[in-house]
Amino acid sequence: MTNTDTNDGFVVFDRVQKSYDGETLVVKDLNLAIGRGEFLTMLGPSGSGKTTCLMMLAGFETATHGDILLGGTPINNIPPHKRGIGMVFQNYALFPHMTVAENLAFPLEVRGLGKSERETKIKRALEMVQMGDFGNRRPAQLSGGQQQRIALARALVFEPELVLMDEPLGALDKQLREHMQFEITRLAHELGITTVYVTHDQTEALTMSDRVAVFDDGRIQQLDPPDVLYEEPKNSFVAQFIGENNTLVGEVVEMKPGDLCVVRLDDGEVIDAKAVNVHEVGQRTKVSIRPERVEYNKERIPEGAHTLHAEVLEFIYMGDIFRTRLKVAGNDEFIIKTRNAPDQVRLKPGQKIEIGWLPQDCRALDA
Amino acid sequence: MSDMSQTHGAETQSPPSGPVLAADGRPLKHSLNRALRRQKMRALMLIAPLLIFILITFIAPIADMLFRSVENQIVEDTLPRTVAVLGDWDPEADDLPPPAAFAGLYRDLFIAAEEKTHTRLGSRLNYETTGISSLFRKSGRSMDDVGEEIVDTIEATDPIWEEPATWAALAESAGSALPDFSNVWADFARVVRADGDDPAEENPWEVLHVSLAEDLRAGAAAEYDGPLKAELGQLTQALAGVAPVDYVAAMEDVDEGWSDPAVWRTIRTYAPRLTSGYFLNAVDMQLTDQGVAQQPEDQRLYLMLFQRTLIMSLTITLATILLGYPVAWLLANLPMRVSNILMILVLLPFWTSLLVRTSAWKVLLQQQGVINDLLVWIGIIADDNRLVLINNATGTIIAMTHILLPFMILPLYSVMQTIPPTYLRAAKSLGANDWTAFWRVYFPQSVPGIGAGSILVFILAIGYYITPELVGGTTGVFISNRIAYHISTSLNWGLAAALGTILLALVLLLYWVYDKLVGIDNVKLG
Repeated sequence: MTNTDTNDGFVVFDRVQKSYDGETLVVKDLNLAIGRGEFLTMLGPSGSGKTTCLMMLAGFETATHGDILLGGTPINNIPPHKRGIGMVFQNYALFPHMTVAENLAFPLEVRGLGKSERETKIKRALEMVQMGDFGNRRPAQLSGGQQQRIALARALVFEPELVLMDEPLGALDKQLREHMQFEITRLAHELGITTVYVTHDQTEALTMSDRVAVFDDGRIQQLDPPDVLYEEPKNSFVAQFIGENNTLVGEVVEMKPGDLCVVRLDDGEVIDAKAVNVHEVGQRTKVSIRPERVEYNKERIPEGAHTLHAEVLEFIYMGDIFRTRLKVAGNDEFIIKTRNAPDQVRLKPGQKIEIGWLPQDCRALDA
Repeated sequence: MSDMSQTHGAETQSPPSGPVLAADGRPLKHSLNRALRRQKMRALMLIAPLLIFILITFIAPIADMLFRSVENQIVEDTLPRTVAVLGDWDPEADDLPPPAAFAGLYRDLFIAAEEKTHTRLGSRLNYETTGISSLFRKSGRSMDDVGEEIVDTIEATDPIWEEPATWAALAESAGSALPDFSNVWADFARVVRADGDDPAEENPWEVLHVSLAEDLRAGAAAEYDGPLKAELGQLTQALAGVAPVDYVAAMEDVDEGWSDPAVWRTIRTYAPRLTSGYFLNAVDMQLTDQGVAQQPEDQRLYLMLFQRTLIMSLTITLATILLGYPVAWLLANLPMRVSNILMILVLLPFWTSLLVRTSAWKVLLQQQGVINDLLVWIGIIADDNRLVLINNATGTIIAMTHILLPFMILPLYSVMQTIPPTYLRAAKSLGANDWTAFWRVYFPQSVPGIGAGSILVFILAIGYYITPELVGGTTGVFISNRIAYHISTSLNWGLAAALGTILLALVLLLYWVYDKLVGIDNVKLG
């Protein structure tokens, strides 16, 4: 993992704004520095501005305001074909009238490389994605996963320092997608290339990236390594967007030392939480807690923690885990997840239980 | 029920060998065919009205027209006796055919004149040798002058020969005794009946008298065994004093054209029921009695016209590609709202009459027309040096390029629409500049559209008629204009059909070549 402290700012977005119609901003004041060799994912719902950012970096869109720097030089006025950035498209965009080898030769030919050099590089690139025998096939004769590999090889064959990927795995089935996630990260780290990856799939973002930039409403909501992003979401959008999350709505009634606070939920019950986005008593807040951090085994609930009454609505056996839906503080979409261990209790619908958690797992965020 | 069929199905999954069997033990293919037959029949029923309509109004007339290019029954149908004899004539040895041919011609021409089919044959043969038309027309008028003396003699011998009934009775009882007479009578009876009359009440033709006289001279009265035996004996005696008809001289009397060997050679050459003559004419050749020969230089026309048609059609196709490609590209890549307006502009010509558009070009292109006026006004050309843009090939190319342009733009557009813009982006991200990205990535994918448009425009152009007719003058007309001329003015339908068949074959040939070069599967219309 790249240490963000040594970020050398290989790619820099400096106060970048983008508007298509001159009335609304699709990208609002984007500031982002990506280190050399880093795998950064832009994650967000559709319309959040992540793809626009990628296109501005690739040169297919121009920034309305602000500078984009690559290796220290502004590239706003450099046309796409001179930027030397590799790109993998959502639908692969393999040229259908060329064979796989011709597709790979294309970037080398336009760079004026000789035939023998081209062939060596094509061979190496195909072997890199384990497609060595497919040079003479046409893209239409390949499966989705194979096309994906070729698209990757084509983006890497001219040895760019920066590779952009625009939802490259969106069209693949789940198993293949998981396999390709691994392949792409392996390649990116082996070759030491800087990768900017756009996706709306949070699992993909968490498993592949060094850092994830969560986009919403044209802004980066949070930029952190996956574990930080998951465990310490900075606002309720990120908490909701990344992973599964339980939300309880209430009001801060007491601020405690050590960034802790007490929240009175709307049905009158009181819980402990970590104050993340709340600063004073009386503030409205959304309390966020991950399903796997909720405890109902009394022995494991920490001493002195507030507990809540809950009623079991549904118990779902999922093999490796149990997923139980509860009614808690008026919210009947409250989910808890427990590991399928030999001593684990299987709850039954209608059962009344007490649930609790460590105060630091329960984050009081903006309302 | 479903369980049972499933078990049966499972059993047939792994047959030991041979054809796969259905559940009832019949071959699976057979069962499948039977199951599909109903479906096929229903599909056929649905298209039946259109199929029948097309067959009757399109396929059949075309087939008939194509057949006309070799069809030549008219000569043998009109002159059966002549044609039968002409086969023995060797034009190399004798200038004129044997007298038997003249005898046959007399009978054939007499009957044809009564039937009024001789002028049609005359015009048919006139395509091959000029002057035959008037020869036939004139001869038709004086056929009954031949053998006057014989007619008079027969009628003077006994008044019963003036009675039509006598002739009918003779024909009925003739048997095989009067071969020539019976032969002519058959045609007489046919023609009279066709008019709705009774042969027994119709005055006999002179040719019947002549043929009867021939039979009697050959001693037919002895063989005849019927009610008129005595009268025939009497006639034989009476006719002994009359000289037999000298057909050669008689026909020369009718028209001296019959002593011209060229006329006879033409009839002999075109006697077969099928002829290659029209096709030879269509490629500037002609059929003579010595075989195939080139047309005299001043009569060669069609090869040049075919060549011109091909070259100009190619030029027009090329021009539509050059003009249509950028427009199609804009259509496919502009935002929907703008491209819709542009599309209406492209389609606008379709909603205007072809004649109006062509006439508009007449106004624009003529020497005192808008374009010339504009050029003179700007000062590009001198007033006394106006460009000749109409009534020549230039006019045809300009007007037809405009008229056929939509047929290029629409297929191009529909193909370009299917090319995602990401290909161009991908090419650029791989380092290609705008031109390389277009030429190496976009253009090859739009080739099927160019192919489809080219086929469409070229085939339409090669058979175009109205525009070349109106703006082409003499140097800008196509082969189709000549076909139209033969259909409606010269009425030489055989030649028109031959020209049309060659044109059709040419298009099919080009289509085949195109399929070999580009592959017809690559052609997309949408």
